[in-house]
Amino acid sequence: MSVERRRVAGQAVQRRDLFEKVTGAATYTVDVTPPGCLHAKVVRSSRAHARILGIETSAALAVPGVIAVVTASDLAALFPRFGHIIPDHAILAMEKVRYYGEPVALVVAENIVAASDGAEAVQVRYEDLPAAMDAEAALAPDAPILHDDDYGASGDESFSEMAATPGLPDHGDSPPRTNVAHTVDLSWGDVDAALAQAHIVVENRVHYPMLYAYAMEPYNAVASFTEDSLHVVSSAQHPFMVRTDLARIFSLPLSRVRVQVPYLGGGYGSKSYTKIEPLAAVGAWVVRQPVKLVLDVEEAIYTTRADSAAITVRSGFDAEGRILARAFDIVLDSGAYADNSPLVLAKAVNRCFGPYRVPNLRVRGRSVYTNTSPASSYRGFGAPQGALAGETNLDRAAAQLGIDPVEIRRRNLVPPGGEILPGKRGIDADLPADLELVAESLQRDARTVPGHGIGVACTASDAGAYPISTAIVRVQTDGSVTVLSGSTEMGQGSRSVLAQLVAEELGVPIEAVDVVQSDTAMSSYERTTGASRTTTLVGLAVQRACADARAKLTEMAAEIEQCPPESLAQGDGVLESADGRKLAFGDIISRWFGGDAGEVTGVGTLRRDGRTQKMPPFWEVGMVGVEVGIDPETGVVRVDQLVTVADVGFAFNPKAVEGQDLGAATQGLGGALFEELVYDGPQLVNPNMVEYRVPRMTDLADKIESIVVERGDGVGPYGAKGGGEGALNPMGAAVANAVAMATGKWPSRLPLTPERVWRLVNDLPEVDAE
Amino acid sequence: MTAAQPATGHDHVVVAADVNGVSVTEPVPTRWTLAQFLRDRLGLTGTKVSCELQVCGACSVLVDGAPVSACTYLAADIDGRRVQTVEGLAARDQLHPLQRSFVEHFALQCGFCTPGFLMMAKALLDRNPDPTEDEVKEYLDGNICRCTGYEPIVAAVLDAAKRMRGQA
Ligand code: FES
Ligand code: FES
Repeated sequence: MSVERRRVAGQAVQRRDLFEKVTGAATYTVDVTPPGCLHAKVVRSSRAHARILGIETSAALAVPGVIAVVTASDLAALFPRFGHIIPDHAILAMEKVRYYGEPVALVVAENIVAASDGAEAVQVRYEDLPAAMDAEAALAPDAPILHDDDYGASGDESFSEMAATPGLPDHGDSPPRTNVAHTVDLSWGDVDAALAQAHIVVENRVHYPMLYAYAMEPYNAVASFTEDSLHVVSSAQHPFMVRTDLARIFSLPLSRVRVQVPYLGGGYGSKSYTKIEPLAAVGAWVVRQPVKLVLDVEEAIYTTRADSAAITVRSGFDAEGRILARAFDIVLDSGAYADNSPLVLAKAVNRCFGPYRVPNLRVRGRSVYTNTSPASSYRGFGAPQGALAGETNLDRAAAQLGIDPVEIRRRNLVPPGGEILPGKRGIDADLPADLELVAESLQRDARTVPGHGIGVACTASDAGAYPISTAIVRVQTDGSVTVLSGSTEMGQGSRSVLAQLVAEELGVPIEAVDVVQSDTAMSSYERTTGASRTTTLVGLAVQRACADARAKLTEMAAEIEQCPPESLAQGDGVLESADGRKLAFGDIISRWFGGDAGEVTGVGTLRRDGRTQKMPPFWEVGMVGVEVGIDPETGVVRVDQLVTVADVGFAFNPKAVEGQDLGAATQGLGGALFEELVYDGPQLVNPNMVEYRVPRMTDLADKIESIVVERGDGVGPYGAKGGGEGALNPMGAAVANAVAMATGKWPSRLPLTPERVWRLVNDLPEVDAE
Repeated sequence: MTAAQPATGHDHVVVAADVNGVSVTEPVPTRWTLAQFLRDRLGLTGTKVSCELQVCGACSVLVDGAPVSACTYLAADIDGRRVQTVEGLAARDQLHPLQRSFVEHFALQCGFCTPGFLMMAKALLDRNPDPTEDEVKEYLDGNICRCTGYEPIVAAVLDAAKRMRGQA
């Protein structure tokens, strides 16, 4: 279980970005204010579902300092919507609003005080429409329909299969519209026959809460137009995806849209794809001056949240606890616009049944429009929702059969290389071995006292997203190296990892490597920063760029030394001639160009071929265990032990891997114990950080063990594969299982707040808290 | 900077304060928070704003040595006082032991919470140079970090305390 230790890669090097961040010098988007910048405030819908009868802007325009009030009617010359899968998302509501908090108008003013005053002065007249506030209501036969239009598909090939016309059932000739944004079905074998023969059939239904990622830096963007170019600085994870949406809105060539991303104050998936960039951009387009838009936390919550889910699972087992068949029905509450929910659904479908041998499977998934804040990506991406169903179902089966929860997993986990999804990449991990690590750690410190319980859960996520990456390395005359990548540094430490990789590959000191990221005009192309892909996929592109630079340097050296290229040996920052001389990279460049000038540019690309042909590029393992103690008087759940396995193939920076793992686990504990957005009527009752409680320092588990496992079994450089989401995915399920063991009752919904647990303990119906 | 212009039609007061050792005298709108003043007027953008409700601690700065939430503390109230922000923590090119310790312990990832944690931790160590682990957790419980899971922050503060005691 070991991998080769290397000179730089694999060492716990200090992250250079951290120095900038501890002094306050690091620039985040919110710190960018160009000269002459105006400030914008969004006027938001006060209704869940209503027709807009009129927007009265004159009072707002009379506020001193207000320059413009932009509404949908100003956007007639533009493509007024965005959405990378289904372009259904109106920049500013057109004709009707579909959720409380939806942008209706944008007030642009000389300063933020005037913009806010102006926004309050805008009068919108509405005619209320019946609203569908949850998925059940939205699926009812007489439900109000959110979307009456066909939006067509986006141009992106990998998404187009998901963009079946929203609102239309899959089959049928002249079907009535529904609120189903997207459906995904997956099946093999004969589930009904297998269930009929099963020794036991276990069925349960779970509810996964509506979550808010709470990246501490709320969404913000600064947009400016110069001649016919648009420049946006934004808190976006995927600047190149945002560029595509903006180019379509303004009919601009991609090359005339520049999206630049400084440091992100957290992302966790919640800053993927387009958010408020179109709002800032239409403001700048109207006033022809730079416009800055900074949301507050409440507005951020109403911009994007995670899909909540209701899932029913039925599984059949033989007497030894082996899975014979599983059937899932997944309904995601995806809010008013599709955004990335179709993909979240596809992932929930792929991930719900777990990394087990499942001979017969049937999953039905639906992503449903409701009159609530739009849902999109959040760390884990459908996996936590699915795991809550699948993994608690497994524990119920274990209890019925009198088998230990660890043992039932042992009997079902796929072996290394085994297939989870037919025809896809086999699992590039040793899950049974990972499970033993968790079990051993938990056992070592377990307390077998009443009110305590242990829970384990496993997931494997088809991760990495679509493998399209490019990278450029520029070797300078002094031997230092500039790396260009379109991958975003959002705290995960990619800037440092990519520098380590280049230092390793070219044999130069890490201090000589600088990484420039996430600027569609300056860095190289990167499809996305998400799905734990950067180390693995960007890493491969960077590795290839280094090889390309070395090949070019070799040819140049052969030319100036007048020797065959094969006679030159590769060394650290040098090439070695046959007679033993070391030719430094910088000297080769200076001599080849003459005049101590020039540079060598190495280019690396990655697409779906060769080792990244098979999807997914890698599997991300989630293997966790918890021990909880419950106070029967108050229902408070205390986490005594938290054990996670980061099965990352090769850890470029082991301390950074542990940090990501604990961060993911802690967010998972948040969703398991505290976090839930709650609607009461048209609006949320807790759209703020007082009432939306996230984990705090005193919630820290007494024992935390993050086990980093390196088996070199990933597709990435040195056998690396992605990490950073894994520990979140099974956490909710593990906590639910632990609480079940501690209380002897099966919870069916998260978070396990004190009130819910107290109700559980006291045999009261599990009604919603609050 | 447009935002820094006196807001039209709003009252102003002149504040004179010591900010990171520099005396500043500025007219500010009475509505302005200390965070706005630091960030938009003085360009000290190290102080971050997140929850705006005094629950996340990202905006923590010290006023006369005591931690306050700059998101809700009014700029007008610093008149005659001493304000310390993250920008004033390092002495020239010498990082403060807390800063060094945070880097070494990977006590930050995105870094958005970090200025607040550093100032809070400084306030703690200024009055209690040898805190227990529980005292650290208790004192910093009002600061949220969404990235790290907190454990490395606790370790960093304890380690910095040790170093600072060694120096003293
Ligand atoms: S922004 Fe001031 S406490 Fe959160
Ligand atoms: S480091 Fe990102 S919030 Fe603390």
